[in-house]
Parts: sequence; C-alpha cells; structure tokens
Amino acid sequence: MPADKPLVVIARSGSKRWICAADQSALKLGLRIGTAASKAQAMVADLLMVDAAPAEDAAALERLALWALRQYSPVVALDGADGLVMDIEGADHLHGGEARLISGLVNRLRGHGLTARAAVADTWGAAHALARVLAAETTVVPVGEVKRAVADLPILALRLPAEIVKGLRVLGIDTVGQLSAMARAPLTLRFGPEPARRLDQMFGRLAEPIEPIRTPELVEVAKNFAEPIGAPETIARYVRGLVGQLSARLAQNGLGARRCDLFIHRVDNTRQHLRAGLAKPVRDPQRLSKLLCERIETIEPGFGIERMALVAVLAEPLEERQVASTLIEEAVADITPLVDILGNRGHRLFRVAPVASDVPERSVRRIAATAPDIGEAWPVKWPRPTRLLANPERIEVIALLPDQPPAVFTWRGKRRKVVRADGPERIFGEWWLRPREFQAVRDYFVVEDELGERYWVYRAGDGIDPQTGSHLWFVHGVFA
Amino acid sequence: MANHAINPVLAELRERIGQLEGGPQRARQVLPFGVAQIDRALPGGGLLFGALHEIAGGGGGTVDGAAAALFVAGVAARTPGRVLWCMTRPDLFFPSVSQAGLHPDRVVFCESDREEEVLSAMEEGLSFGGLAAVVGELVRLPMNASRRLQLAAEKTGAMAIVLRRWRRQNEASDYGQPTASTTRWRISTLPSQRLPVAGVGRARWLAELMRVKAGECAEFEIGAPDAKGRICLLPTAVDRADQTARWRSLAG
Repeated sequence: MPADKPLVVIARSGSKRWICAADQSALKLGLRIGTAASKAQAMVADLLMVDAAPAEDAAALERLALWALRQYSPVVALDGADGLVMDIEGADHLHGGEARLISGLVNRLRGHGLTARAAVADTWGAAHALARVLAAETTVVPVGEVKRAVADLPILALRLPAEIVKGLRVLGIDTVGQLSAMARAPLTLRFGPEPARRLDQMFGRLAEPIEPIRTPELVEVAKNFAEPIGAPETIARYVRGLVGQLSARLAQNGLGARRCDLFIHRVDNTRQHLRAGLAKPVRDPQRLSKLLCERIETIEPGFGIERMALVAVLAEPLEERQVASTLIEEAVADITPLVDILGNRGHRLFRVAPVASDVPERSVRRIAATAPDIGEAWPVKWPRPTRLLANPERIEVIALLPDQPPAVFTWRGKRRKVVRADGPERIFGEWWLRPREFQAVRDYFVVEDELGERYWVYRAGDGIDPQTGSHLWFVHGVFA
Repeated sequence: MANHAINPVLAELRERIGQLEGGPQRARQVLPFGVAQIDRALPGGGLLFGALHEIAGGGGGTVDGAAAALFVAGVAARTPGRVLWCMTRPDLFFPSVSQAGLHPDRVVFCESDREEEVLSAMEEGLSFGGLAAVVGELVRLPMNASRRLQLAAEKTGAMAIVLRRWRRQNEASDYGQPTASTTRWRISTLPSQRLPVAGVGRARWLAELMRVKAGECAEFEIGAPDAKGRICLLPTAVDRADQTARWRSLAG
C-alpha cells in the first residue's frame, strides 16, 4: 500500500457509502469523517479507498485488550468500538506511576504504527471523554479534579445517544459544565434518565464497574466465603492458600507467573485488585505470597470480602533446573527476589551499562536489574566526575582563548580561583548519528580551586570557529 | 586488633561481655583498608561487615557528596558480591565509579521518590542477605532508622553504608546528631597531589574518622581510590604552602 497517497476507510449501509476513517494526509485535503464516498472521490483524484471491516477491527481491538491485560492492568475491557478502558489502580506502580504508564503505553503503540490517545481520571466516564476530546496524547487528571477537568468538554463526549445530544444542543447546551448545572427534574422529564445517569457516572456518583475480559488459557483460582472476611490476618491466610493452589496449577502446566492479579470482591458489590509483577517467572508460593501479603494493608475490606480470585495473567514456561554445587566456589546469590520485592513497592531498579559514545551524558544507559551481566566497563582512562549534573550549568569565566583553562570562574554565585587545571579534552558531536552536530565541539577541562574542589567544565565550541559552538562555558560535573 | 594487643585485660573483658550478651554468634568479618594507620584506628582492623557506617562530604561535598561517593565506591569495590545503591537523586556518574574498581554489573541501583522509601529499600536489601553492601544516599538519618539498619545488617552480615548528602551546606550541622552507626566519616577534598608539571594530580582527601564504636577519633590524609578501590596515605601537609607559592609565581 503506497504510503504517500491519502487513504480513507469506507463504511457502507445499503447503498450509502461514507468515510468512517481517514489518515493525516486525507484530513489535510479536506476530507472529513462522514463525507460521502462519491464526493470524496470527486474532491481528491488519487484517493485510496479501503472497505471497512468492523468484525476484523473488533477482533484486533480484542487482541490489543489482551495484550494490555498482560502488560498494564488486571482490569481491561473494550470501550465502545474504538477504545479500551483499564483500571490501573494497584498496577501503575510497576510502570513508575500513572503518567509514565500512559506515556509508555502511547509510545509503545506508536512503535507498532498505531496512533493512540490516553487519559487517566477518577472515573471511566471522565477518562473516556478526555481521551476522545482533548488533542493531547496523554492526560492525567489528579484525584478529585474531575469536575474541573471535564467542565468544558462537549456533551458529545458523554456517551449519550445521538438524538439526545441533538435535543440538548437545540436547548443551547454545549458543554458538560452547562448540563451539570441544569435542574435534574425537567431534564429527566424531557430526555429520560440517560443524561443524569451519564453525568453521575462521569462524576463518580454512580458506580460503573468494568467487566474485565478473560481468556480461557489464564490460570485462575478463586475462593468464595460463606461469611464475609475482613481481618488482615484472615485475608493473608486465604491469600496464601490461593497462592498455593495457583502454584500447583502452574506446576502442572510447567509455567511460572510473571504477573499475578488478586481480585477482591466485597459484599457491597465493589471490587479491588492488586497486581504483583515479577522479573522472572516464579511459582514459589512463598515468594508470591510475600509480594501479595505485603500490600494487604492497601485493601479496604469495607463490610467484608465475599470472594477472592487469583489470576496468573502473564505466565511463562519455567523449567526445573539442576544446579551443580561445588565446594570451592561460593555461588553468587540470585537477587531476583529482592528486585521483585522492591519493584512491587514502586522503586525503580536498574543497572547501568556502557554505551560507545564520547559524549558523557550519552555514555551510560539503564538496563534491567536482572539482565545478564554485560561484562565490560567503560574503557576511558580519562578523568571522569563522580557526579554529573543533569543539565550543564552556565558559568562566568575568565579564560584565554583558544586552549587555556579558565583562570577564574563563578558558579552558583561563588567566585572560584583556579589553582590547577588539566585539559582540554576535546569531544566532537556525533554527526554520524545526529546531523545537527556535524561541527559541534566541546572542550572539557578539569579545574581545581583553592580549596581543592575539582570540577569538570567545558566550553561549547573550539574557541576559534563560531560554527562549532556558542563559546559559552558550563560546569558539567563535580569530581571527588 | 591493635587495641586488643595493647591491653589484654580489656580484650578479655570485652570477649566475656560479648559472650554474656549472646550477640552475633559467628565471627564478625572486617574489610581492612590495607593501610596500617587507618586499620589500627578501627577496632577489628577494618570496616565491620554487618554494621552501619556513615559517610559524608565536607565543604561543597556536603551537597554533592562526590568525594564521599567515590570513597564508598572504593569500599564497595573491595567487598565480594553485589551492591545495592539506593538514592533519590540519580546523578552518580558511573564511568568514574568504575574507575575506582566497582564493576557496573555488580551494582543494582534503586531509585525512590522519597527519603523514607530509601530507608525501607535499604532495610529490605540488608535483610535479604546475599548482598555484600547496601549503600543509601540520605539527607536525614534519625536514631530509630539507623538502629533498624544496624540490626538488619547484623542479621545478615551485609555492610550498610549511609552516604549523607544535604540540600544546603548549612544543614550539615545535623551530622553531629547521634545515630547507631558503628563508624562515622567525613571526607573533604584537599588540594590534589603535586605533580612535577602543571596539571591535576591524584585527588587527595582529608578523611576524618569522627566517631567509632570502641575506638578513638582520627584524621588521615589519603589519596583517592586507585583502579582496585584501594586508598593510600598521602600526607603532604609539608609542601602545601610551597605549592601555592609556586602557582602564584606561575600566575604572576
């Protein structure tokens, strides 16, 4: 399929054919969703038209939902024909918080060639509206701020039937804020209970449980209680029991869990869930129950818990392995359990690895804490500072151009006289990766002040040619 | 060891008290610095494993903690096994640390959002066992927190190192507050080792042993860790004045 031609998707109903989706270049040419196909053909000469396949779209969306279920959240469901809804409470810590989770999600989808917009809000209704209306790729509404965030959204985002929206528009109501300010009784008399219900769902006054999708291959165990339970010790005991059952089931299938979800159904028909992530497949009941029991304090039992279910939502093959023991060598302890415990508490664990780059800030990358050993370190023998500033800071300098170190510099309001210095160490821009850095040069100096404090300063540019840099001076690091 | 050798009566008493207390049964291991003067000042002849050590910078180092971090890296490099490094501000530049002999594969970093989480991560790492050392960069170290770390370290024999790093230089007066740490160090920078030519030589530090359990305070002028993490004594206090004079003449 040629990428440069405008592309539209045509839906049909009887003999009527219209555009139901269009790509960027088609939108630029003035084609809109809902334009008749014949009119579009008349407007644009070489228009690519593809017939819509709603069944295939729905299947693809469901595949996407299953992927999201494994990766992001225990509760994922389809939201209309064009979206997914996830309950990320209790699961966002594995991705470093809400904002990181959704920006990561959007970026990964972009990597697969999908354009996506995501929003996080207190309620399904609000998130649904924000994701569809706002132009921003990701939106995070802080807890309790829903009312303000949705006030200016059009009523189209309320998931109301088209004729109600039309009727409300006739009355001059365009935004959610206006609608929520209206008296309920006349509204219900005229349009039925639907607008009030949708408003209540959006503001969280009416519960709207998400029914999560499931596939038969998920390993799931559950326990129903005749009498509702609530004490943390009791919950912990039953969690351990469930974990035992789950690991037995996993062992039967030769699997190990990478992500485990604990669902807690309360007597008042609300649901809570916890997700535990693991760096490597595990079916050791002790480790799994430790991860889950640690977070029992976040469960609110309310009037009591009537059902608990444990699902290994992402499971990978786990083979039993024989380990040779030697008397001479002390085995290096496996730190995966520690990584799991800390990772599930929301810490970000990583190791660092060298990157073949002369530019200091690009010479380090983060790798997973449980990644196999790299084996190599940085080959540079040049002095490197122990602390590297995230952003180089401007300094005022007295220095002889082109290649003398500064004699005096002022950093953070303190004037320092340079007693000793080394340099310059010239670092060139990586023009083979970034064409803009074709001429860029940094000259690094190690300078030591009268107190013996050592800094890594650099001049942008080689000191002669203004093409190579601005000739401003910066502090980039502090030596030990 | 030296202290014990000096006074055998005291050594015997200590041993008997140790038996009465029923403390850790296995022999406490130590990590010697390999410098006789420093090891003599430390009971047991080095930094104790299974104990909490506090290290801070002096001067500008109270904020950036650069010298203290490299000192810690030198200690960690000489321990056998993996190291957990907990912090809230990820500005440690690892190429420098790896020059002190600490291989990147051995260090697992744990970045947290809040100070208290650093403490909990350190405690979890210490009680996990199987780690050689657990390092935490902290602003505050209350007595209770330090006691918890000390107890967790005692249980598994991992070395706990708290790297104190403040937001502002004047907050560093907090370093006088008592904690349960076994040793307390302050590492301040000194003018670097003199070279026969113009340039910056090996970094020199003033390592103040401010507090040590069952020992006496001391001060050492040391050279920064070499490629294997070993420090050395570099007492060149004699020629410091001379050096500045030479530089003044060069500048003038």
